[in-house]
Amino acid sequence: MIEVKNLIKSFEHKTVLQGVSCVFEKGKVNLIIGGSGSGKTVFQKCIVGLFKPDSGSVMYDGRDFIAMNKEEKKEVRQDIGMLFQGSALFDSLTVEQNVAFPLKMFTDMTAAQRLHRANECIKRVKLENANKLYPSEISGGMKKRVAIARAIANNPKYLFCDEPNSGLDPVTSIVIDKLIVEITQEYNMTTIINTHDMNSVIEMGERIVFLHKGKLQWQGTNTELLSVKDKTVIDFVFATQIMQALRNDSK
Amino acid sequence: MKHIFEIGRYWLFVKDLFTRPEKWPVFWQQVLVEMESMGFGSLVIVAINSIFMGAVITIQSAYNLVSPAVPLSAIGIVARDSIIIEFSPTIIMMVLAGKIGSSISGEIGTMRVTEQIDALEIMGINSASFLVFPKIFAAIFILPFVVILSMFMGVFGGWIAGDLTGVVPSADYLKGIQDSFLPFNVFFALVKTVTFAYIITSVSAYHGYFTDGGSLEVGKASTKAVVYSNILILLFDYILTMLFLA
Repeated sequence: MIEVKNLIKSFEHKTVLQGVSCVFEKGKVNLIIGGSGSGKTVFQKCIVGLFKPDSGSVMYDGRDFIAMNKEEKKEVRQDIGMLFQGSALFDSLTVEQNVAFPLKMFTDMTAAQRLHRANECIKRVKLENANKLYPSEISGGMKKRVAIARAIANNPKYLFCDEPNSGLDPVTSIVIDKLIVEITQEYNMTTIINTHDMNSVIEMGERIVFLHKGKLQWQGTNTELLSVKDKTVIDFVFATQIMQALRNDSK
Repeated sequence: MKHIFEIGRYWLFVKDLFTRPEKWPVFWQQVLVEMESMGFGSLVIVAINSIFMGAVITIQSAYNLVSPAVPLSAIGIVARDSIIIEFSPTIIMMVLAGKIGSSISGEIGTMRVTEQIDALEIMGINSASFLVFPKIFAAIFILPFVVILSMFMGVFGGWIAGDLTGVVPSADYLKGIQDSFLPFNVFFALVKTVTFAYIITSVSAYHGYFTDGGSLEVGKASTKAVVYSNILILLFDYILTMLFLA
């Protein structure tokens, strides 16, 4: 479980996060949604420690991440897997080497053991015959799968995904969403996804946090979202005709 | 104000990168890859530059030393010392600042804008140390050998040019390059090489590491890396010359 308390973050004179507090539950897919400039990327980067917040706390299973020293943070980070918007695979490494990379850096596994585990993860994300290819030789959807395989290679407790469906076609998006849900349950992880994709929100939003202008505007489940009364949330989530029809049907 | 900020950030970056590597076997593996790329990868450009510059230095020296009072072997002495003291450690390192520096800055800058550096940080890896320390170590170790090779190539280029054009007979040139040889000059050249190797790698890596934006900024960072490396090489060339020779 990850608990965020009163998180504030400013850049020069602009306050991007204005005291956000929420809880992300273990074994569930937690979504952060909001319009462009709402502060969701900054929020996620503060939680994983890529940005240092001005004040507030981020508790990883009761341990205050922000107050930790470098070595303690390093330990927590080894329990974190992250899927970046652009996949962030290492260009100079093959698919197999990318997945085995965290194992090479943080375990005492032999090369054969690393290869075995990497292949297990690659199979788990249903990616075959691509082990020896470089990131530049595979499609966007395949890159996301490799990034998921790399994220789970070291059995993480926490999984962060930044716009996992960006740049993917609808069918591949659904495949990636399903994979994230399955892996979250399989590894009993705390998964936090930053997304704009309303289909993902409805399909897998076991817990949703809606940010608006750097503040927590609303939080709840996907079922509760269909009957939400908050006008800002309605205007954002049900902006398309398909989403409006879904809301009307649910009534 | 901006320059003070950049200098402060550079020193914090340097403090971060000289830390114990996560895993020594991985570190040594990276060092070998970098040495191969910086050393063997630079041989052709270094050889071409050295041979032609050696030839030009010899012919120009011959042009300037036309006096019956000056023996022809003096051309060999002048060419040798110019190559050892200045041309190989400074000019060749400026050429390498363009080749190696832009490559380091481009590589690290691309990793920054494609979030590969963030991915390393999230994993708990000190990205500055992981990416840059092996490059600095490899450059400091391998580039002195490249510069020594450049010295031989330069002197050889001068010999060939002198002989082919007939401005310095082989016997005079060969006598000249052996006369009044000071091993200290080679030591001085190697001190300069190590200093410049550190400047090229750390300054280029710094510009790549703090790239912010997209492909346009990666290009700008590479340009800055080469420009600042060259300026610092010239500045430290002067400082070291004052310290060792003045």
